[in-house]
Amino acid sequence: MTQTATASPAKWRLKQPSIIPGFGLTLGFSLAYLSLIILIPVAGLLWRTAELGWSGFFSVFADRRTLDALYISFGTAFLAALVNVVFGTILAWVLTRYNFPGRQLVDAMVDLPFALPTAVAGIALASLYAPNGWIGSLFMPFRIAFTPLGIVIALVFIGLPFVVRTVQPIMEEIDREVEEAAATLGANRFQTILRVILPGLTPAILTGFALAFARGVGEYGSVIFIAGNIPYVSEIAPLLIVIRLEEFNYAGATAIATIMLLISFLMLLVINLIQAWSRRRYGNV
Amino acid sequence: MSDKARTSNPAFRDPADEGFATKVALLLLSLAFLIFFLFLPLLSVFVEAFREGWGAYYEALAEPDAAAAIRLTLLVAAIAVPLNLVFGLCASWAIAKFEFKGKAFLITLIDLPFSISPVISGLVYVLLFGSGSLLGPLLKSWGIEILFAVPGIVLATVFVTFPFVARELIPLMQDQGSGDEEAALSLGASGWQTFRFVTLPNIKWGLLYGVLLCNARAMGEFGAVSVVSGRIRGLTNTMPLHVEILYNEYNMVAAFAVASLLALLALVTLALKTLLELRFGAGNAGGRH
Repeated sequence: MTQTATASPAKWRLKQPSIIPGFGLTLGFSLAYLSLIILIPVAGLLWRTAELGWSGFFSVFADRRTLDALYISFGTAFLAALVNVVFGTILAWVLTRYNFPGRQLVDAMVDLPFALPTAVAGIALASLYAPNGWIGSLFMPFRIAFTPLGIVIALVFIGLPFVVRTVQPIMEEIDREVEEAAATLGANRFQTILRVILPGLTPAILTGFALAFARGVGEYGSVIFIAGNIPYVSEIAPLLIVIRLEEFNYAGATAIATIMLLISFLMLLVINLIQAWSRRRYGNV
Repeated sequence: MSDKARTSNPAFRDPADEGFATKVALLLLSLAFLIFFLFLPLLSVFVEAFREGWGAYYEALAEPDAAAAIRLTLLVAAIAVPLNLVFGLCASWAIAKFEFKGKAFLITLIDLPFSISPVISGLVYVLLFGSGSLLGPLLKSWGIEILFAVPGIVLATVFVTFPFVARELIPLMQDQGSGDEEAALSLGASGWQTFRFVTLPNIKWGLLYGVLLCNARAMGEFGAVSVVSGRIRGLTNTMPLHVEILYNEYNMVAAFAVASLLALLALVTLALKTLLELRFGAGNAGGRH
């Protein structure tokens, strides 16, 4: 690769000249490894989808169960991301602005969902929110686990750090003087937060929402234990992929996976657009 | 305004701060939220695991299938983490030390596994090596089993933990620039010496941080592994899969006993991660893990 770059220096060049060695080796290995592990397998999925053809692809979505599973996955992920935006932003505020004993411990705890294996979170939440569990029994006869609400609970758990860890660094950078200026100009605290602080946080909050939502849509391990997995009611799309695979219905599994993949790419694009927009507007995030 | 002025006069209320009652309310709300969603689930894992005492706990872990699951999980992590470590070093070296076309696109591709559902990460390998594929039957005729065997589990784990080390190292090495390396090279160091004695000491804490997160995910991965494993007890069952089987058999004490080991791993990971952040400012936990 370095050879081609030096062969035609005046025209197109892959890389800028540098005295540091190892470009060909490290980039070559990275690309080979990336292709073997990620690109070829994912391309295989898209290839299988293309083999289905349009009619085969859409016939999968004539199935009521598939549509319901997608609706449940996206609906619960959306609700959970909303809950996380509200509580995650409040939590980030409390962690950046207030000083209380154990603050550092609470701050470290926020990352628990990143570190705790999803299956462990799943069985813990299921036993906790089950009708005979510590929390579930408090709400009887209203059931939380084994309903779509249980799915939302699991996704709130999974998505919380995404919002907090996206919003927190931006909050830390807010200049106190801006708030003081707002106060001296006669704004009350509520107005200052709503009109001065919140607009600056909006891109971070939206990014956190999108990250939590994207993660929630694909989440499997923590959900299947608490969901009850009743078809048409509380069966999520990733579980339906697993069920189709166990039935050796590869076409069905592939079609659902492709739809989910396309929507995740769309989400990724949206996140990048939000960040580009906020860089233009606020110069941060 | 100094902090002293904020606190010295009890009648003074800082206009750029919430009132005491609001603060307490927000704090209590946050803590209640964390207790219901994070603390109680974590606590319940250990309470359920020790419900029938130490004897039952020990028995659940010493049972042959559980022991096999623990060994397999350690084996998978021992293969997947070093692979992604080498990749992370190579990718971050290429990306941080050089300017080349398509760099931003490459970074996006590295992040790809974070935005793919774990189940789909497993599915892609089932499609690649399954009975309906080109590769699967060919490899089978050579006596190589990928799917429903250890290689498949390793591949799925490598896929989901792919970005962790690279993700930590790229921004860190980009921040550090390449001045140190250029100085070392101009003083006659070889490329390998430059990496070993200049770059590596600079990035070691960030590297450790990435490896820590990569390892936690590798040992705890459930969705991707469950699709490719086939769940053969004692053979292709990792710890998270074993937890699922025990739980579905209503063997709660054993399920939570194995789960408690994974929870312990998570706590150790969090503790080390916090320590690294406090001591060395490694990473900032970015929102993408």
